[in-house]
Order: sequence, then structure tokens, then C-alpha cells
Amino acid sequence: MTETTMAQALNRALRDALAADPDVLVYGEDVGPLGGVFRVTDGLAAEFGAERCFDSPLAEAGIVGTAVGMAMHGGRPVVEMQFDSFAYPAFEQLVSHVAKMRNRTQGAVELPMVVRIPYGGGIGGVEHHSDSSEAYYAHTPGLRVVTPGNPADGYSMLREAIDCPDPVVFLEPKRRYWDRADLELPVRTESMDRAVVRSSGTDVTLIAYGPMVATALETAEAAREEGIDVEVVDLRSLSPFDDATVAESVRRTGRAVVVHEAPMFGGYGAEVAARVTEQCFHYLEAPVLRVGGLDIPYPPPKLEEYYLPSVDRILDAMDRLQWEADWFPEAPPRPRADAVPLPCNDSAGASAGGSDRSRSEVSAWAPSRP
Amino acid sequence: MQTNEGPAAGAGLPALDDLAPDLSCAFYRDMLTARLLDTEAIALQRQGVFPAYVSLRGQEAAQVGSAAALDRERDFVFPTYREMAVALTLGVDMVGYLASHRALWHGGLYDPMASRFGAVNAVVGGPVPHAVGWAMGERLAGRRGCAISYFGDGASSEGDVHEAMNLAGVFHVPVVFFCQNNQWALSVPNERQIAGGSVAARAAGYGMPGTAVDGNDAAAVYRATREALERARSGGGPTLIEAVTYRVEPHSTSDDTTRYRKAAEERAWRERDPITRLRAAMRAAGHAGDGFFERAEREARATAEQVRDGVSAAPEPAGEDLFGYVYREPTGELARQRRVWQEEVLP
Ligand SMILES: Cc1ncc(C[n+]2csc(CCOP(=O)(O)OP(=O)(O)O)c2C)c(N)n1
Ligand SMILES: [Mg+2]
Repeated sequence: MTETTMAQALNRALRDALAADPDVLVYGEDVGPLGGVFRVTDGLAAEFGAERCFDSPLAEAGIVGTAVGMAMHGGRPVVEMQFDSFAYPAFEQLVSHVAKMRNRTQGAVELPMVVRIPYGGGIGGVEHHSDSSEAYYAHTPGLRVVTPGNPADGYSMLREAIDCPDPVVFLEPKRRYWDRADLELPVRTESMDRAVVRSSGTDVTLIAYGPMVATALETAEAAREEGIDVEVVDLRSLSPFDDATVAESVRRTGRAVVVHEAPMFGGYGAEVAARVTEQCFHYLEAPVLRVGGLDIPYPPPKLEEYYLPSVDRILDAMDRLQWEADWFPEAPPRPRADAVPLPCNDSAGASAGGSDRSRSEVSAWAPSRP
Repeated sequence: MQTNEGPAAGAGLPALDDLAPDLSCAFYRDMLTARLLDTEAIALQRQGVFPAYVSLRGQEAAQVGSAAALDRERDFVFPTYREMAVALTLGVDMVGYLASHRALWHGGLYDPMASRFGAVNAVVGGPVPHAVGWAMGERLAGRRGCAISYFGDGASSEGDVHEAMNLAGVFHVPVVFFCQNNQWALSVPNERQIAGGSVAARAAGYGMPGTAVDGNDAAAVYRATREALERARSGGGPTLIEAVTYRVEPHSTSDDTTRYRKAAEERAWRERDPITRLRAAMRAAGHAGDGFFERAEREARATAEQVRDGVSAAPEPAGEDLFGYVYREPTGELARQRRVWQEEVLP
């Protein structure tokens, strides 16, 4: 086993993909001799030559747009947007062309391409270097949107994304580029469109992805000391969404908190909360809560700690999960008179700390229990 | 590894014949002050006061020469992130300007409207159409101001920049596109950036005059910019100026140039230093002597130190500021978030 950072794992994935498949090519701004500003493409130009890994002029719409043509021509382009905000000039290409091509040609034109985007904050970045732009892409049918949270997934998911016949927006949590893991590469982890339980628990499901997975795991540690047993689900794929894994977990724990860096309003967490509510309503002890960035433009580094979800803020949210009957003085919940306890949710019952709210009955249309 | 031989910039002394000594002295003072302040800023980054900094070293002539041609009362500047010497020349509050580099506030803490110098902007190419729109507005209002858009050789590849130039050509508005071709866009050299080799040549395609000028010659830059502004002011429409210069420092304090260019190339360009060249030309033309240069050095140093101390001591923004400027009045939701934030996050 060797210590590997996420940036190194991604680099190795690109290298192995280039070696394995002559159709793979890598281009973008400063990805050649410089090796990318985060060194994710380090050494690739030297090893595979300027035909397979090269710098493009400073033109994001052109980079993504040419990748469309390259993919139509039989290539498997893996292009880099230097930072989250600098993918916006390419938005039109992504939304109107990349995402829709298969559908508008009834499958005749396939675009096996990957757009890699370092995203998120936490690195003291100057303006336009810290956006969490996942919701824009996840909202766009036709794009697969995935985001690894650790080095092993960085490797495996990027390999899988490159092999994928659909276009993939591959969001790299830049503050985790330097996170290390003991790892032997190549490694294959779970399929990239599956969510994974990173840490099991019985009291509450903490749903996170990308940069927030590590924060969620830290929170789980801290919560354990407070006597709350937290299950952490790492979504990995934002689109498609792995309902089964998430619902299975939440039905067991009865409580859920979604966490992301992006502003909360209209954010990806709203989709998660809605789906969890739809699929787990009768198992929930409390509303699904979200912890996210504030509804403001990403702040300057001096203020970024005030913005980013922290362990404390996630713990605060967990405190609001109706552990006590009188948790919410302004508008006390009114338990249904006819509510009957569900037969088998012993784990939540045992650890919910005296909650006297019963779960409502499973109605005929509710999803079946796991 | 690529190398760049500077095509137009560098050799010979700037010709000062038609220039009043007052003007060359002003160029010199501003260029030197910018140089010393730039050096202080790099030091502040090394000391951890600035998280990052982008040096303009070597581009002082391009920036000061062009800015000096502007009418401070009427014109408006749309900068990138590297136009510190333009800001200085226009009298922008430099502590407020550098506040952006100290990460106190993204756009800096000066008033762009009062300074007639837009907020610093890191999105390459993005602000160029803004200058065209400002010029459209100025013409509609029947006034005589001009917009000037600063951008780099790398930016010249962006779609926004092409759209902006075509719009300016179609609407025939008073805007100057001022490209500082410092030969590098981060790690990418001109040869791999600019098809055809010349940004200035593109002007023809947009129906406007284009001119390449020695960007390390403050007087030449001044003349080219003044001419473009005069044309624009008198209804002659836009101009594209390509000032050929060189970025002698790394792209930013986070950059590592050893990966993509030769130290010899940097050294060669350091030797064509625009300040040294201007000083020699001023001496040769009899514009100034030792007394002036010594005084200029003292004053520039004093200003640079004063700004350095000012920005180092500038108060950090209050956390509440996060909520204060998103809308004219915070929305109900933002006010609520501020309340929660005050209760739960504020230490
Ligand atoms: C739209 C966009 N894409 C990418 C970047 C990342 N980036 C910042 S500066 C830079 C190079 C810019 O080169 P140039 O326009 O020549 O200006 P210079 O830095 O040389 O002054 C790049 C690629 C960015 N800031 N904005
Ligand atoms: Mg440049």
C-alpha cells in the first residue's frame, strides 16, 4: 500500500486510460507542460505526446465544443475546465449540445466524453475559484454528473467515466485533491452511479457528496461522542441519483440531513430532501434538513469559514431532528391521533432518545420496506 | 518547452521628441511607484498577508502609458486582475485596490464608479463586452467619454472577446480594446494561443483599426492610446491596440514557470526593463537628471510603503457583510439566514 492523494489517483486514472485506449485524449487550459494548475495532468504530455495531451487556447466553449466533434469522430476526449467558474463560458455547449445530442438524434450520435471540473471552496481561492456548480449540471437531463469523495473513487470513477458511453461531468472536489489514502492502484470501487454507505449508524443518515464527505465523516465521529450514531452516505453520483441506497438508509435511521457547500436555495440538497421525503415519509421522525452554503455569492477567503458547512453546523442541524417531543416551541407538531407505531424499526426506537412521536402507518402506496 | 522572441517590444530607447518633459516625468513616477508597490505586494504574499498576488512587473509602460492618455473625468476603465499600474495612474485608492489581493473583498474596496475604474475581475475575457456596453451607453447619452478594455493575449481567444469586438464594430462605439500581449497566458505561449500571430491583425475583421505597439515603451503606448481615444471621441469608432510586452514574473505567486519556460527568456526580458529604458531616454532627451530620479525614487518608495502598511492594517470585513450586498435590501430569506448565522456561526 502507498499513500496516494486524490490528485495523484486522478492523474493515474488518466494515464491508465490513455495507455489502455488509443481513442482517449486529454486537453484543456495549461494541462500540457504545466500539468494542470492542480497537476492532475502532470506528466501526461511527456508520456503520451502532444497529440494525446495538449494545451488549448483559452476558450472554454471551444474546448467543450470541439470535444463534441472529437467524440463524434470516434475519440474519447477528456477535457478540463480549469476551475468551476471557468466552465460557465462552456455552459451553452454543455446544456444545448453535449446533453441533448443522443436524444435529439434518437441515439444515432453518441458522445463518450468527460468534462472534468475542479469545484467547491475551502482552499482560500480568489474570486471565481470556489463555486459549487453541481446543481446546474444535475438539472440538465442527458448529463451524468458524478463526484468522488476520496482517492480510490477518484481513480475508479474517472476510469468508469471515460469508459461511459454517455457524457459525464466529472466534478473534482478541489479541497480534497491533497487528501491521502493508503491505496494500491489500479483500484475498482463500486459502480460510479451507486451511492455508498461510508460509515454505518442507526440514528440519522447524513447524506453528502464530493468535498463534504470527509466533513460528514468527521461529524459522525463528533456525534458519536455525543451519543448519536450517524450513518454517512456518500452519493458519488448526483445524476442519476441512487434512490435505493439512500432510501434504505433513511428508512432504517428515520432521520436525514443533507449537506453541501453550494447555496441552499434551489440547490442539489432540495432534490435529495424531496426524494427522501417522497420515499421515506412514513419512516421519518423529523423533516429532512439541509446544511449548505449561505444564499450569497461565494465569499472572499477571509470570510470563507463563515460560509462553509462545518462539523458544528451539521451537529446543530442534527440537534434539530426532533429528538425530544418539545423540540420546536413555535409550532409543535401534532401527532396523528390514529398513528400507530411501526412494527420493526427497533434501531431508531432504541436510539432516538425518548422520542414519543410514532411513525404514521405505511399506506398502500408507500414504497415497500427494505 | 517553448521560447518567445519578443517581436516588437524591447530594443532601443523610447522616442520622447513630441512629449513634454512633465509627461515623461509623470510616466516615470507612476511606473516606478507601481514597480515598488508590486515588489511590496509580492513580499506581502511571501509573508502570508496576501493569499496570492499577480505581478505586473515588466508591464508598467503598457499600463501607465495607456492610462495616462485617458481623460479621468470622462473615460472608464474595464480592467482584468493585473492592471495595478493603471489603477495607480488613475488615482484609484490603492489600499482599496490591494484589498482584493488581501482577500478582504473580491472586487477590491474602492469605488469603481467614482474611480472610473471597474472592479478587478478574474474571469478572463468576461469584462470585455462590458466596455462595449458602456461605450454604447455613453454614445446614446450624447457624451464624449470613451471606454477602455484591458485584456491579455490569452483572453483574445475567448468567445466573449470576439463578440465584443464585433459588436463594437457594428455599433461603431467609442471603445479602445487594449491587449497587453505579455507573451504568456499562464503556461501557454503566444504561438499556441494566437492563430495568425497577431491580435492587432484581427481588428481588420471587425472593421476597426488595429495597431501593434512596443508595450515596453511608455511613450509609444501613450501615443497609440491617445490616437485611438481621439478617434473614438470624435465618432471614429473602436480601435484595437496590441501592446507587446512580457510577464517577467510567474503568472501568479502560485505558479511555477520552470515547468514551461526558460529562465534565460525571463532574464532577457528583464534586461529590456521599461523603467530602465524610460530613464535612459529621459536623460538622453534632457527631460530629467539625477535630482529628479532621486526624488522620484524617494517619493515612490514612500508611497509604496504607505500603501503596503495601509493594506496590511486594513480591518477585516465583518462577517455580517456577507449578507449586506447581495441585493439592495436583503431579502427576507437572507435576513433570516443572517439571524441564524449570528446565533449559530458567529463566534
Ligand atoms: C474564463 C477563464 N478561463 C480560465 C481562467 C484561468 N486563468 C486565469 S488567468 C489565465 C491566463 C490569462 O492569460 P492572459 O489573458 O494572457 O492574461 P495575463 O495573465 O497574461 O495577464 C487563465 C487561464 C480564467 N481566469 N477565466
Ligand atoms: Mg498574457
